[in-house]
Amino acid sequence: MRFLPLVWANLMRHKRRTVLTTASVALALFLFASLRSVVTTLQANGEVGSESRMIVQSAKAITFFLPRSYEERLLAVPGVQAVSFALWFNGVYRDPKDFFAQFAVDPESYLDVYAGDYSLPPDQRAAFVRERTACIVGKRLMDKFGWRLGQNITLRGTIFQGDWTLTIRGVYREIDPIFSEDALHFHYDMVYERYPRWVSPGWYVLKLKDPSLAPQVASFVDSIFKNSSDPTKTGTERAFNASFVTMWGNVSFLMNSIGMAVVFAILLVAANSMMLSARERISEVGVLKTVGFGDGLLFRLVMIEASAIALGGAVLGLGAAKALFRPSGFSAMGFLPGFDVTAGTLALGLGIAVLLALASGLVPALNAARLNAVQALRHVE
Amino acid sequence: MKIPLIYNIRSLLRRPVSSAMTALGVALVVGVFIAMLALANGFKMALVRTGSPDNVLVLRKGADSELSSGIGRDNAAIIAALPEIATGADGRPLASPEVFVPVNLAAAGGGGDRLVVARGVTTQAFEVRHNVRIVAGRRFAPGRDEVVLGTAIASLLAHSAVGDTIHFGGRGWMVAGHFSSGGSAFESEVWGENEQLMPVLRGQVYQVVAFRLANPALFDQTRRTLEDDPRLQVDAHRESEFYAAQSSVLRIILNFLAVFITGIMAIGAVFGAVNTMYAAVASRTDEIAVLLTLGFPPRSVLASFLAEAAFLALVGGLLGCLVALPINGIVTSTTNWSSFSQLAFQFMVTPGILVRGVLFSLVMGVLGGFFPARRAARIPVVEAIR
Repeated sequence: MRFLPLVWANLMRHKRRTVLTTASVALALFLFASLRSVVTTLQANGEVGSESRMIVQSAKAITFFLPRSYEERLLAVPGVQAVSFALWFNGVYRDPKDFFAQFAVDPESYLDVYAGDYSLPPDQRAAFVRERTACIVGKRLMDKFGWRLGQNITLRGTIFQGDWTLTIRGVYREIDPIFSEDALHFHYDMVYERYPRWVSPGWYVLKLKDPSLAPQVASFVDSIFKNSSDPTKTGTERAFNASFVTMWGNVSFLMNSIGMAVVFAILLVAANSMMLSARERISEVGVLKTVGFGDGLLFRLVMIEASAIALGGAVLGLGAAKALFRPSGFSAMGFLPGFDVTAGTLALGLGIAVLLALASGLVPALNAARLNAVQALRHVE
Repeated sequence: MKIPLIYNIRSLLRRPVSSAMTALGVALVVGVFIAMLALANGFKMALVRTGSPDNVLVLRKGADSELSSGIGRDNAAIIAALPEIATGADGRPLASPEVFVPVNLAAAGGGGDRLVVARGVTTQAFEVRHNVRIVAGRRFAPGRDEVVLGTAIASLLAHSAVGDTIHFGGRGWMVAGHFSSGGSAFESEVWGENEQLMPVLRGQVYQVVAFRLANPALFDQTRRTLEDDPRLQVDAHRESEFYAAQSSVLRIILNFLAVFITGIMAIGAVFGAVNTMYAAVASRTDEIAVLLTLGFPPRSVLASFLAEAAFLALVGGLLGCLVALPINGIVTSTTNWSSFSQLAFQFMVTPGILVRGVLFSLVMGVLGGFFPARRAARIPVVEAIR
């Protein structure tokens, strides 16, 4: 297009205005991408977990323990290949603000059930299994606190009173996010020894021979324990994780409404700026028409100018969001692990930028196209 | 010598579309700002109102929530015998040993389960927690499988009408009534008799003991008595402070979001105001030169344009308040992660929040108007008037 230099000159005439408008579009789309990523990250976290593993929890509530004796009976259920169990420990390291997940697990069976979802050197695994006060820690958590292999750390129990000193014997990397790198795993027996009359597994993990057996296994397990004093609620691991995500409440509605408000507010800024520019150029457009610029061409020139601002802002804002969150390891204090701006969000952001360009450029562009040259030139000095 | 404000207002009205767009932009920012603060405030108030400064809540030593606490019957009896406890009309101490247990209850509309707190109390609890009122039906009868539901949670559950039966802990419980408690977290709970609820949890323990102080000023002394007693391993908290602290995690998140989101939005809106005001100054160069020639000092011109920007933003701020007001009272719910259970609360717009919104808009106006106003004040008269 040979008139691009003209568009550029127009943009550069009010450098400050162009920069400020582009910056506000960029900020808006940065914010939009951030808000939408909260929603997509929550959704993604709800889809973590395997369909070939099931979680057996107490039907009363997740906070109730299940008897240790269930392990044998679960192993005997047709379709179940392996069984393990875990307990939510909820200890405090240093300060409640330094929260991270701690699971008291049955080491061997737990690491077997989750085989393939993490990587842990065999010698470290052996050291962890051998020593009752040992623990394994995710790489991210190690880095966060600057821990070293072999170091002792002390947790203060909230549910399980007292101080608990653990020795770090292994550092694992996650392969699947279900085995989060932001967590610590240690021996269930350590907790059990201190409170033998009270402590028992918080939930059981079943590994199925075949994921398609899940519905039968679920109803079979629940029917075994239906009339016991500890009835169970069995579901796939994925459903178990999704239930925690829904506990946040209607986050997506909140984020989407704010996102709409942001986009609309910025539309006003961009449209206003385009209109200000157009008003100042009435006489100029008159001159262009007189020297032979067609209506259609003038319409296009204004639209291109509006698009340059909207798309330039979009690329900046969306790019910043993409470049900032994931590499910096942002996770909202551990509440949103794996926070990332998805391709879908980027596409949606670009779509909004196109709409923004259309909405902010349309009126000034139409005005320019329809302008009566004679009237416009009346103002020329 | 001041330039009358009416000059600025008339100037704004000369370019209605541009002024309206700028004001609307500010209005949206202020609206979102107020909504976010109202959300954080509502959540906080639900928990703050739960506790009374006259009450003491006793938990097991080191327990950070009612969920992780446990107090044996013998200890509860020792606590209830403290002389500092107020006595009711019947001469018995106003102390309520309570069972606290989250249970799965069927959600309304077949939406699966919800984790809801079931609190086992004595009849004394209705006097200790004096903001609790039965609004439908009656209290549960001691010795029966009956419960009363908080109004906030009743609307979220299936079979929650008075006379219906809800199921948890392997038994059915008749809903004897609904209670309200001034918007506090209790409204998200199910209350039954502690002796009936204790078997649900297995084990002969209460989770907390709540009691009313005869003299609230003696809290520190009472706390020392309890915490120094070698027979007990407990922490005593002022009830109001304990529940307020429970809201801290989510409140930090909400406040961070409010600042992050509205901060970025505000920068965008300020940029919009800067554009508008620069354009205004540019198109009124002649006028400004005339004003300066007439003898208005540059500082009056500066003040006048600042006032114009502030006024424009103020209109936006007020509009934002109007837009945000209807959200007041809307009920939403989330999980109180300290108890792992559902907590329903309302958006609460307070006059203080509205004032902050308006002040916020003024700040945006002044920030956006400053540089353009300075430009106006420095216009070289001779050149401009040529």
